Amino acid sequence: MTPEFIAGILTVAAPLLLAAMGGVVSERSGVVNIALEGTMLASAFAFTAVTHAFEPVGPDGRHLVDAAGAWVPFAGVAAGLACGVLVSLLHALVCIRVGANQVVSGIAINILAVGATQFACTLVFESSSNSARVASLPRWGLGAFTFTPAAWASFVAVPVVTLLLFRTVFGLRLRAVGENPDAAETLGVRPGAIRTAALALSGALAGLGGVVLAADVSQFVQNMTAGRGYIALAAVIFGKWNPWGAAAACLLFAAAEKAQVPLQGKIPPQLAQSLPYLLTILVLAGFVGRARAPAALGKPHESSR
Amino acid sequence: MRFACLALLAALAAGCGKSDPAPGTTGALKVGLVFDVGGRGDRSFNDAAYAGLERAKKELGIEFEYFEPTHADREAGLRKYAEQGAPLVIGVGFAFTDSIAKVSADFPGQHFACVDWDTGSAPKPPANVAALRFREEEGCFLVGAIAGLTTKTGKVGFVGGMEIPLIHKFRAGFAAGVKAVNPSCEVLVAFAGLTPEAFKDPVKGKELARSQYGAGADIIFHASGSTGLGVFEEARARNRERGTVTHFVIGVDADQWEEGGHVLTSMLKRVDVAVFDVVKGTKAGTFPAGVHEFGLKEDGLGYVRDDRNRALIPDTVAQKVDALKAEILAGRITVPVR
Repeated sequence: MTPEFIAGILTVAAPLLLAAMGGVVSERSGVVNIALEGTMLASAFAFTAVTHAFEPVGPDGRHLVDAAGAWVPFAGVAAGLACGVLVSLLHALVCIRVGANQVVSGIAINILAVGATQFACTLVFESSSNSARVASLPRWGLGAFTFTPAAWASFVAVPVVTLLLFRTVFGLRLRAVGENPDAAETLGVRPGAIRTAALALSGALAGLGGVVLAADVSQFVQNMTAGRGYIALAAVIFGKWNPWGAAAACLLFAAAEKAQVPLQGKIPPQLAQSLPYLLTILVLAGFVGRARAPAALGKPHESSR
Repeated sequence: MRFACLALLAALAAGCGKSDPAPGTTGALKVGLVFDVGGRGDRSFNDAAYAGLERAKKELGIEFEYFEPTHADREAGLRKYAEQGAPLVIGVGFAFTDSIAKVSADFPGQHFACVDWDTGSAPKPPANVAALRFREEEGCFLVGAIAGLTTKTGKVGFVGGMEIPLIHKFRAGFAAGVKAVNPSCEVLVAFAGLTPEAFKDPVKGKELARSQYGAGADIIFHASGSTGLGVFEEARARNRERGTVTHFVIGVDADQWEEGGHVLTSMLKRVDVAVFDVVKGTKAGTFPAGVHEFGLKEDGLGYVRDDRNRALIPDTVAQKVDALKAEILAGRITVPVR
């Protein structure tokens, strides 16, 4: 367990942590958020495209990536956050205002995100597969533990979301709406508004997760989230809808993912590369036990007003 | 309203294909090209094929169109250009072998070319197919020797894309080259995955590079399509943090110098030349059907040493590598392929 190895685990875990926190916030308010995957992907693209747009352009029309001001990638981060909120509000529109099935809306958004980012990538970068390299975020920290500010935010997100959910009035209302929206409404809480706010926050968190991913490699690649949104969603459930539980599940997955690299060549490749998934299932099935979802999860609320 | 919303989403999701105009009417030779996973902009394998077409357009006045398949629509891409009547349709990548065998049988009057044709699954290509193959291990042996001679830590890394025999050829050649000049040097090996997606996952590439640099490697050779862009990114970040260039990458397929000042060299696989030659032959009416192998002898492989990276590869190293090249050409060294 060298510091380098631990830092590697944290790097893999960072985007998962943010998306999982987004999942916890949304699901605790009673809205299933399968759209985490699509939200991350859209925000990853928004980060890349906006950072690209603010880079200085040389006389030959090429982007001077390394000459970009330090603020340029932060404009991309802002765009990623905004994009995450927008995608999530689309989900909110479909399943809170319209009351459609939350799983179907989430899947539709994920499919839309794959197609839309590919299309937009063709428009901006003349390739549906890869963006150009864009200006990188700085890396902050000491020794092996240097991360982008976006990745640092993922580590801070876990305690912050815990405090928000369990130590604030908004958090209490959010959880109440997720357990029994009718009862909450009789006490003057507006479930629709709370759930919309929860989804907006969820989108910002998942969007930042997408930004972490794109900023890590300073580019966008077609479908680069590669199922991380779904893994985060699984982490939420394995973590029993608790931020710390979900974070632990994310770290476990990341550790298994990191541990399989030195095992390659020593055990069959199929086994080595499925190790993270196998281990996650085994450990969680063996130790976590039965999970109880928020009582009103997935049920659209019909206001009695 | 509910239905309308979902219908809108579905319609937007569907509208993502690249629609090209039908081939022009100027009478120039029309070529259709379908890219491999990783696609245009991988600054490596696919872009090398693209460069071949660009050159053909400039020098031979041909017209071309290209298609970037997502998952299962490789064959559909080939078929599209065949149906449009393109006299030459090119598939870039081993994954096209079966599709080209099928489509070429349905369009016997047109020509097809496949880069990295897999003789394992189809030993004899049909009569209207040019199967372009490379002896990658020979070029990888040379860059392996450069790595073995220039490493300061006695450890080098190899990052492969999908774990298949083709990529094992790169690994085997590279490792043999390292060991030939530096028997005590350790070669760390990692592959990004078991599906074609492993060629377009820079996040994974960065993670693997982080592991190998972290374990003490100072040079990594990648053969992994756009996954390798993550390897460059990791080296760039490490060098920037330390303020000096201590971590190097060896590029693959095309000259990847542009990725940053830490590219030691690149293993050139002249996909551009192979593609250009097929187009040229087709235009001249001498389509080169059958299997074509490109190695050091045919100048189909090589490594980069020019004014830009000369300072990184001393003359003594270059002389040794050229001596090894001569040995391979003379048949005195047989480079392993697995």
